[in-house]
Amino acid sequence: MSGAATPNASVATLRARFGAAIGRSAVVSGATIVHVARERAHDILAWLRDDPDERYDYLVDVTAVEYRDPERPLEVVYQLRSIPRNAFLRLKINLDRSGPLEVDSVVDLWQGANWLEREAWDMFGVRFVGHPDHRRILMWETYDEGHPLRKDFPLRGRFSRAEQVRRALGADLSAHYSMDELSIADAYASLPADLRVGPRHPAPGAETSRP
Amino acid sequence: MADKRVLELALATPGVDAAGNAVRLPLVPAGQTAQEPELDSDHMLINIGPQHPATHGVLRLVVELDGEVVMRVIPHIGYLHSGFEKLGEYRHYNQIIPLTDRTDYLSAPANNVAFALAAERLMGIEITPRCTVLRVIACELSRIISHLVWAGTTAIDIGAFTVFLWMFQERERVYNLIEAWTGARLTTSLTRVGGLMADVPDGWTDRLREWCRRFPKTLDEVDRMLLRNGIWLGRTQDVGVMTAAEATNYSLSGPMLRASGVAYDVRKDQPYLDYDTYDFEVPVGERGDVYDRYLVRMEEMRQSVRILLQAVDRLPEGPINADDPRVILPPKKKAMSDMESMIHHFKQVMEGVPAPAGEVYFPVENPKGELGTYLVSDGTAKPVRWRIRPPSFLNLAALPKMAEGHLLSDLIAINASVDIVMGEIDR
Repeated sequence: MSGAATPNASVATLRARFGAAIGRSAVVSGATIVHVARERAHDILAWLRDDPDERYDYLVDVTAVEYRDPERPLEVVYQLRSIPRNAFLRLKINLDRSGPLEVDSVVDLWQGANWLEREAWDMFGVRFVGHPDHRRILMWETYDEGHPLRKDFPLRGRFSRAEQVRRALGADLSAHYSMDELSIADAYASLPADLRVGPRHPAPGAETSRP
Repeated sequence: MADKRVLELALATPGVDAAGNAVRLPLVPAGQTAQEPELDSDHMLINIGPQHPATHGVLRLVVELDGEVVMRVIPHIGYLHSGFEKLGEYRHYNQIIPLTDRTDYLSAPANNVAFALAAERLMGIEITPRCTVLRVIACELSRIISHLVWAGTTAIDIGAFTVFLWMFQERERVYNLIEAWTGARLTTSLTRVGGLMADVPDGWTDRLREWCRRFPKTLDEVDRMLLRNGIWLGRTQDVGVMTAAEATNYSLSGPMLRASGVAYDVRKDQPYLDYDTYDFEVPVGERGDVYDRYLVRMEEMRQSVRILLQAVDRLPEGPINADDPRVILPPKKKAMSDMESMIHHFKQVMEGVPAPAGEVYFPVENPKGELGTYLVSDGTAKPVRWRIRPPSFLNLAALPKMAEGHLLSDLIAINASVDIVMGEIDR
């Protein structure tokens, strides 16, 4: 990780193999960055993982970057490491902000991508096509202020404090459960009436208590 | 009525015959066939947390059970989400350091060091030799206090209370050292970009040396108590196994990765802070179960003591801050008496320090695993993106894989072995 300015040899190999799908590359602060086309990204990542000379077997991070300059595209960033070769490579996919924010999921390659991609969806609104469990992760599923790490998202949220409180109090708690767990809500409904308390226990009002 | 009778017979105290042998009353009266009480064969969903001591923070686990066997675990996180990464985009680089305290709050000094190193790489700042060694001391003390909390709380989850008391006693002693250095115990904000907020006080290194001399005895006592304990071995061995290939594929890091047999340690493989000049071993497990994670973390604490002693021995004299007026504030005394220093101080505090446009990913070996700081700058004094690569977020993501097929009580042991801290997972 010393500030060596020589690019990672994988870039030349990638360029020879994938041609036009490999965009510009650069060495920034000692790390090699290579831009790849969205359509081929999954193939390229799979090849980098499986090729016996590359062996990028460890997915360090998946995240996104949005610049303050509205002209610059949003970037999805993959940090890859080869543990056997002790090599490091950063792949980027540029996503035009006017188009659909979609890339192919790599959960089928690295299980570690599961939560990382969910977080990138939650925070930036990037869809990962083929993700097995495409839900928000840090915010709740019914959160409807958008994606907080986008630059057009105000630091204190889109809604006023009063609106946030109003929505929190009026929320249907069963909606906070994902589809997987709706059976918990079913179990609740089957409780005897005197064991059921409203969403805001104690003293449930008629308008907020559970049916 | 017949069912009730069967139950009473089964619970009756057995008698003793003339030879002293136990005589059990027959479960089923003669001439009848056995009746199994009807059990509901449906799977059961239970909810653990977010307010539950065994989830080590505000983690919520929805567990599907078949009897006592875990069929599926769905972790729910985000209860402690504070939006640190968003907040960081509105803060100068030095103003972000107090936020790093609050991510992995069990090892705040190591987070401070991680962020400062990334910002310095971005800005191209060289730190002084004394600062380098002091940061190593901060990182290794963090490793020890974090592992102490881990060992204490894990032992409590598995039923050994004594370890908790012994470990927290040692942790208090380290916190006294940290308090003498930084003035704070939990949220230290130890580093500044280009240096440290304070040098260690006089006599501090002797106190550290004395603590390093006594501390391994506590570890040995805990080992003696747990490693010959049938309950401890039974609760930890072959529980929550991750193979080396799985651990790599799930992006585990730190002790979780090494317990599975992958000898990857950022300190060895991507050395920072001159870690390559220290003499220490990286413990690696064989089976990747809860037991191996225990062994790996205990040995890491001993190795940290070795590093601490080497660091204290080599601690050079000299300044703690880089000689770089871009990032280092003038001394307070000069700022209050000399006009130019005052302007310098004012501009730096009010406007921040612009970083050149670019980006850096800086990994460090934190107690929980690989903590990466990904900074993207567009040339202003505030980062465009401050991404924390949270080690326990990724380690926790493997919990469903580790726990499925085990008993519910093993889920608690496995969750404890991950060593999560929700401040970092939720950020």
